[in-house]
Amino acid sequence: MSLSRPPLGERSTLLQMNHVEKTFRGNIVALKDMNLTVNEGDFISLLGPSGCGKSTALRIISGLMQPTAGQIRWTGGQSKDDLGVVFQEPTLMPWARVVDNVWLPFRLRGISYNEVKDEVLQALKLVGLEKFQRAFPRELSGGMKMRVAIARAMVTKPRLILMDEPFAALDEITRHKLNQDLLALREAIGCTVIFVTHSVFESVFLSDRIVVMAARPGRVIRQLEVDAAYPRTEEFRTSAEYAAHCREASDALHQAIGEAA
Amino acid sequence: MSITDTGTETPLVDQEELDRARREKIMRMARWLLPSLVLILSVLAWHLYVTIAEVPHYILPGPGLVAQKMVEDWPLLWPAMVITGRLTLLALLMAVAGGVVLAVAFTQSKWAEMSFFPYAVILQVTPVVAIAPLLQIYIDNAFMAALLCAWIVAFFPILSNTTIGLKSADHNLEDLFSIYGATRWQKLRYLYAPTALPFFLGGLKIAGGLALIGAVVAEFVIGRAGTGLGLASTLLEASYRFNFGRLYAALILISVMGVVIFALMSTISYLALFRWHESALKRE
Ligand SMILES: Nc1ncnc2c1ncn2[C@@H]1O[C@H](COP(=O)(O)OP(=O)(O)OP(=O)(O)O)[C@@H](O)[C@H]1O
Ligand SMILES: [Mg+2]
Repeated sequence: MSLSRPPLGERSTLLQMNHVEKTFRGNIVALKDMNLTVNEGDFISLLGPSGCGKSTALRIISGLMQPTAGQIRWTGGQSKDDLGVVFQEPTLMPWARVVDNVWLPFRLRGISYNEVKDEVLQALKLVGLEKFQRAFPRELSGGMKMRVAIARAMVTKPRLILMDEPFAALDEITRHKLNQDLLALREAIGCTVIFVTHSVFESVFLSDRIVVMAARPGRVIRQLEVDAAYPRTEEFRTSAEYAAHCREASDALHQAIGEAA
Repeated sequence: MSITDTGTETPLVDQEELDRARREKIMRMARWLLPSLVLILSVLAWHLYVTIAEVPHYILPGPGLVAQKMVEDWPLLWPAMVITGRLTLLALLMAVAGGVVLAVAFTQSKWAEMSFFPYAVILQVTPVVAIAPLLQIYIDNAFMAALLCAWIVAFFPILSNTTIGLKSADHNLEDLFSIYGATRWQKLRYLYAPTALPFFLGGLKIAGGLALIGAVVAEFVIGRAGTGLGLASTLLEASYRFNFGRLYAALILISVMGVVIFALMSTISYLALFRWHESALKRE
């Protein structure tokens, strides 16, 4: 059921950030004139040093925060069903079983569990946790909790999933595994992803577009395309192509850090 | 490879696990045995002291006399206990209702909180012994006056704990609910209320004890004015009559009530939380 994506240049626009600015109290310019086009099927990484406004950009896209200037334009308008989010912490409800956590987005729309049971179980199956549907979050490892959070974000098949450093707190082995699983999931449900990360390697492995940002003021300084084909396996991590992209992204990141100083 | 071969036939339970299992068993027994032993020894010491030192019964009655009074006066003590128990439980129920409703109102409306929270604090910090005689003047029905008195003492921990609990929700979860377009009611029902539950139950444990204290104080101050006699009034009256056997019997019953209430609240708390909350988990 893999959905084929058109090549990078031929995708239709999902949303556009036009001249978005955000200034916090005390004249902290978190974002300055940010322009970004997100296309259907993109996997975009926001890469940049701490404090460059990555989380702020996600919050503005999600509608949690209003930009000081500029606007977000969704093609065909935005409804609240269009979004899934994953935070750095799994952010599960500790009092609710795994299934109930995944059911939450539906429940908040007034949809009973029985109506969406299949979707919920299917999402859990996709993240490999169907055996743990009756467990409470405390019974799961950090990586498993994150899988539940991912299942919750995609259970409604949203047009866009926002992920703010979802794997930063995990060990490297778990992180690599989740990277792969995330790509597999994306093939399976064909969603668009904006993924915030500090890691050059992670951004190259996952995305087809890397948006490099610099701090003070937060802004986009470069956009790189990673044109390696999906599915990407662990072998991709050792390929020359991967190394070249990593070098390119790493240079851009250093430039971003240098410009801030 | 011969090293890894050993012990594959029998299920391997290492010495450490066995020791731990044994230690746990001993601990479980000790939890009951030790306090029981202390009880028996102190009652024995009490008895010996009273008999050897020939302490007169109007100074300190022996355990035998207290037990005897307990049985003899049971027809009088039991109804008194029912009255005090009813007073305590009613006050506690009202404290739960009042505390929770106010806490929800406070967290839903900043204005309500700013306006009324200081007065809730004032009500709390004013010693109830000082308020009780006034209540008696303004409220004709002595039971109602006593109930109000016990309620004032018991409701504050519920209010303050629940208020803190309702404000303790994970910020990311709040954001998540907002992104999914949750209504105020949905946030309260599915996010704030479950978050507040452990805090509320902590408040409930304190409030249970305080409701009893409030009831006892109220009976001391108000009960004298010829209302139905609760345990505390019985105790006070017994002291006027130098009936120290009955006094001690009443005192013991009040303690027993306190223990029962505490055990009840702890059980409720455990049942509500044991599946998911850290406080109720057994550590390995
Ligand atoms: N609510 C806020 N009020 C005031 N300043 C804020 C607020 N949120 C963010 N900032 C500031 O805006 C800037 C960008 O913050 P943001 O959290 O978007 O950075 P980030 O790129 O996500 O950093 P990190 O990688 O550390 O998560 C920072 O300087 C931060 O101090
Ligand atoms: Mg951030």
